[in-house]
Amino acid sequence: MNVLDLFLDAGFLAAAVRLAIPLVLGTLSELLAERSGVLNLGIEGMMLAGALAGFAIAFGTGSLWLGVLGAILIGALLGLGLAVLVVVLRLDQTVAGLGLTIAVTGLVFFAYRLVFSDSDAQISVTTFKTVPVPILSDIPLLGPMLFDQYALTYCTYGLVVALTVFLFRTPAGLALRTVGENPLAAVSAGISPIRVRILALMAAGALAGLAGAYLNLAAFGSFTFGIVAGRGWICLALVVLGRWHPVNCLAAALLFGAVDAMQLRLQSSGIIDLPYQLFLVLPYLATLIALVFNARSAPGPAALLKPYNPEER
Amino acid sequence: MNILLVPRPPSRLREVAMPFLAVLASLVICSGLILLAGVNPLRAFAIMFEAALGGRFEVTETLVRAAPMVLTGLAALVALRARFWNIGGEGQLLVGAMAAAWVGALTWLPQILLVPGMLLAAALAGALLCALPAVLKTRFQVDEVVSTLMLNFIVMFLMMALLSGPWKDPVSGWTDSPDILRAAEFPILLAGTRLHLGVLVALGAVIAVGVLMKYTTFGFSVRLVGENANAARYAGWSMSRVIVLVALLSGAMAGLAGAGEVGGVQFQAIASISAGYGYAGLVVAMLARLSAIGIIPAALFLAIIGTGADEMSRETGVPYFIADAVQGISLIAVLIAIALARHRIRILRTPRRKQQT
Repeated sequence: MNVLDLFLDAGFLAAAVRLAIPLVLGTLSELLAERSGVLNLGIEGMMLAGALAGFAIAFGTGSLWLGVLGAILIGALLGLGLAVLVVVLRLDQTVAGLGLTIAVTGLVFFAYRLVFSDSDAQISVTTFKTVPVPILSDIPLLGPMLFDQYALTYCTYGLVVALTVFLFRTPAGLALRTVGENPLAAVSAGISPIRVRILALMAAGALAGLAGAYLNLAAFGSFTFGIVAGRGWICLALVVLGRWHPVNCLAAALLFGAVDAMQLRLQSSGIIDLPYQLFLVLPYLATLIALVFNARSAPGPAALLKPYNPEER
Repeated sequence: MNILLVPRPPSRLREVAMPFLAVLASLVICSGLILLAGVNPLRAFAIMFEAALGGRFEVTETLVRAAPMVLTGLAALVALRARFWNIGGEGQLLVGAMAAAWVGALTWLPQILLVPGMLLAAALAGALLCALPAVLKTRFQVDEVVSTLMLNFIVMFLMMALLSGPWKDPVSGWTDSPDILRAAEFPILLAGTRLHLGVLVALGAVIAVGVLMKYTTFGFSVRLVGENANAARYAGWSMSRVIVLVALLSGAMAGLAGAGEVGGVQFQAIASISAGYGYAGLVVAMLARLSAIGIIPAALFLAIIGTGADEMSRETGVPYFIADAVQGISLIAVLIAIALARHRIRILRTPRRKQQT
């Protein structure tokens, strides 16, 4: 059996897209925050909170879409929380974000154990079904890969387009980017950097929550402690790889999804006698290398990590 | 809308009291969580206290648990002082552990050299791993937050590959490294307990780092770089050199934490050797307000919560994860407390316009 055969069938490509979607959502979330000048290290915690909220609500109410809504809300709430820390109190973004992730991770696991401790059976929800798009899904190879997916996946495609248009074609998007590059310039244009950053972080939180909900309502169907497993951190890397542009970020996320799917395949096929973890290293290594090449040419939003102080003019 | 932070007059009392208030606040939140789990918080705290500090053995266990967090705390402290955001403590701890496990199993090394060799190798491995992002930062302007984070994962997966490949334990077949030699196990300081040499190393490191930061020109230059990069440049210090040196020191501390876990606790390298100590180090450093001596109570606090929560969860069924929650909550609480100790918040409805001149 040829190694290449493993990766050139529709099943593999569809799996790659499936695994990439939460990364796309998370990356859009991080992109939005960073474009406004805030590094969101709370993303890992926000995704986890979204995953549990989505799962618990879907499990309790029987409605997957209510679960999605709940995940979005809890994400936005955490985004607001982070905004209070880093925008209002101007705390250091790195430490505050990490603190949020550590606290939320502990709280989420605690809550899961508390709510679902009594049942021995594997607790799960019936996940979203794939909805093939008529005609488009009949295209060979690309059809099943892109257009025989979950409704949430199509929403994600839409979000990539919407965010691109928002950032580069609307006044509000320009305001957001200005705040991320030069808050003082934004102020002289009558924009409140504080307000923009609070809103950006809430939107970023909502997207991160949605990414978490996708993980168990579409991909896995149950909540596990390893459900997010560093996917939030990967999104930090993807934003850099995608040079802070939604479309490039989509491409980067798809590439990561493919590596992830490849790694799973190799693991199960047993063709290559190497520890599968070696393949897991690749995306991170690629990011590190990309960082080195990108750092000078695409250094990211200029005001990233810099708290805005209204009295410093 | 505009939100202003109005500086308060400096107050020594507030500065000192705030971390304690923060810890208190996080314990109050923690009581709420325990109540949610249907357990009386007072009983829960009594169990935690008893389990962590109730006797000679319990105290030594808490010390053993605190040791790696003291070292990763120092690692974070040194780096944060210079505003070098090393969040790669976890990876540096892991390479330290691997280096120690490798040296500890060398049969050709004279036995007397095993333990010092392990410490040295671990410190060196951690230092080198941390120097990479520092060089990338100073040479290529690569942001160290992302690069150190990426290195954590690279190291973690490489370690797992190593443990399930070439290093797979030949005796048990488990995915953990071969045991270190008997002579490589760290000496026990107190018979009948697990109090090992690594705890002493951690204590020594606190003193060493404290002296280094306070009384040497290197410590002074670190402070300059951290507080005002330009001042450091005018004072004739090469910022790049200071940052690389800081990274070497920071990584070495985290690496030593790995050596302690291998030589004093696990006697082999296992994938789960760290229990998040690398990230906990950042919490410790912030709780300690970046003071070397403060690292000890801060690490002890987290260790007490950790050992205490273990026992509490066994006895009362309150999920163990409360320990992780307290870690994060106390970090956030202390950050807020510091900000509020120095500022008052004032919200203005309309943005204040600067007078045009």
